[in-house]
Amino acid sequence: MTAAGVLAAGAAGGDLFVAQNVFFGVIALVMIVSAIRCVTTRNVVHAALWLVLVLAGAAAQFILLGSEFVAVTQVLVYIGAIIVLFLFGIMLTKASMGDDDSVATEKRLMASLVAVLLAVVMGIALLDSYSDTRLVIDEPQRFGVVSDAIFSQYIVAFEAVSVLLLAALIGAIVVARKE
Amino acid sequence: MMAVLAELSYWQATSIRVAAGLVAVLLVAGTLVYAHLFKMVSFMQSRLGPMEAGPYGSLQLLAEIGKFLQKEDIVPRRADRFVFKAAPFVVLTSTFLLLVVLPGGPDAWFITNDLGIYLAMAVGSVSVIGILMAGWGSASKYSLLGGLRATGQLIAYELPLLLAVVGVVIQAETMNLQGIVLAQANGEIFGWGAIGNPFILTQLVGFVIFMIAMQAELTQTPFDMPVAESELVTGYMTEYSGLRFLLFFIGEFATAGVFSAIAAVLFLGGWYVPGLDPADNLLNVLGPLVLMGKVVVLTFLVFWIRFTFPRFREDQLQRLAWKFLVPLALANIVVTGVLKVVV
Repeated sequence: MTAAGVLAAGAAGGDLFVAQNVFFGVIALVMIVSAIRCVTTRNVVHAALWLVLVLAGAAAQFILLGSEFVAVTQVLVYIGAIIVLFLFGIMLTKASMGDDDSVATEKRLMASLVAVLLAVVMGIALLDSYSDTRLVIDEPQRFGVVSDAIFSQYIVAFEAVSVLLLAALIGAIVVARKE
Repeated sequence: MMAVLAELSYWQATSIRVAAGLVAVLLVAGTLVYAHLFKMVSFMQSRLGPMEAGPYGSLQLLAEIGKFLQKEDIVPRRADRFVFKAAPFVVLTSTFLLLVVLPGGPDAWFITNDLGIYLAMAVGSVSVIGILMAGWGSASKYSLLGGLRATGQLIAYELPLLLAVVGVVIQAETMNLQGIVLAQANGEIFGWGAIGNPFILTQLVGFVIFMIAMQAELTQTPFDMPVAESELVTGYMTEYSGLRFLLFFIGEFATAGVFSAIAAVLFLGGWYVPGLDPADNLLNVLGPLVLMGKVVVLTFLVFWIRFTFPRFREDQLQRLAWKFLVPLALANIVVTGVLKVVV
């Protein structure tokens, strides 16, 4: 039986997505390892590159969930723009080869405390809200559906966010400008 | 072709897709190197170019590949080994993923969905990470400077590239590249529909912006500050040798081909041949050839400009992007949007 056949049978017989679950596990493992390496490595450039793997993993998870727009946007905005700016900034200022021992030693305890606290709070909140909910994926969420929703139902929020981003942009220019 | 693939099992279809992608990338890159880099530039400079290997030097390419494969794969002593070695593959992966959205005929496509050009722009931006990895990982000042220049340039010109596409998307009412081809094939010029309506006619401004931004994205002269040979050797590629240099080289020409193919689909009607029914099965064979012909024409433009113009200074090329191309592209979007609603 083909892979697509297995999927179809799984979808018809109950909502058991074998391939999706296996890949979810594999990608999640890669994301966890990369995230841990991202904060433990003593090389700033390596940290940014590990972060690329984490973000790419998130995009892959969105594909598994069938939301293609969010996945592609994740790649375009986070990997294509934000990480590139990170790397660009690091390399333009101090791109030391090899390990840098001054990176995150003194604040490590506090940072891990905050991270654990955040994970616990978010985990409990998610379990509390969604532990009984069953995920229904009939078909991928198409691009047009998303844009229709943004430009009709959520138009006010969309415009508000646009103005906010514009304000941030102008603010950044004002702060960076020397009189 | 892909209708047949639907009956195969997943791994068979995937293998065929990967093989087709490999052929497309290598064939396009090889054609461009031979036709443009070896021959066209030679004729422009009143010389013959390679003549010894094969008839008219047509096997020169194989000789070059053999040469690069024999060379030692050197990693500088202080380089960051893994980052240095992985960088060419990141760049090449980005090129391969770009290819995925391109349609070659009514049924000859890898994937066709509404993401289309949006997906292409997203995966195209990933190559910047590979260039930064190469620049930093080499542990060489030339490489680092080249990588930084390349990144600054690619960020600046990605914006006009994206904005130039928006005009076409508004006019075609879809981001699906297949849909954009069909919109041009079924279009009419003032009621005359014999050749469809290639968007270069209505989106001429967008086409010019796209081609300029593409030239910069490919870091071809006059936008070759990142690889300026008189000051930076070859920029971020300086420390590479053997197979990895070959990968960068293939990536450079394959990306030129793929970007030209995207331009051909967006503005020149893609695989459509005037006079044929867009659903005609013949187009599955003819379409890829027509598209390839348009790619050769567009890359001819790219290399013609490359071998003709002097290099832009860094501040000049940044000013061109931010102060001229971006506002022009935005104006083009506004005009297209207004006309779309009014007409």
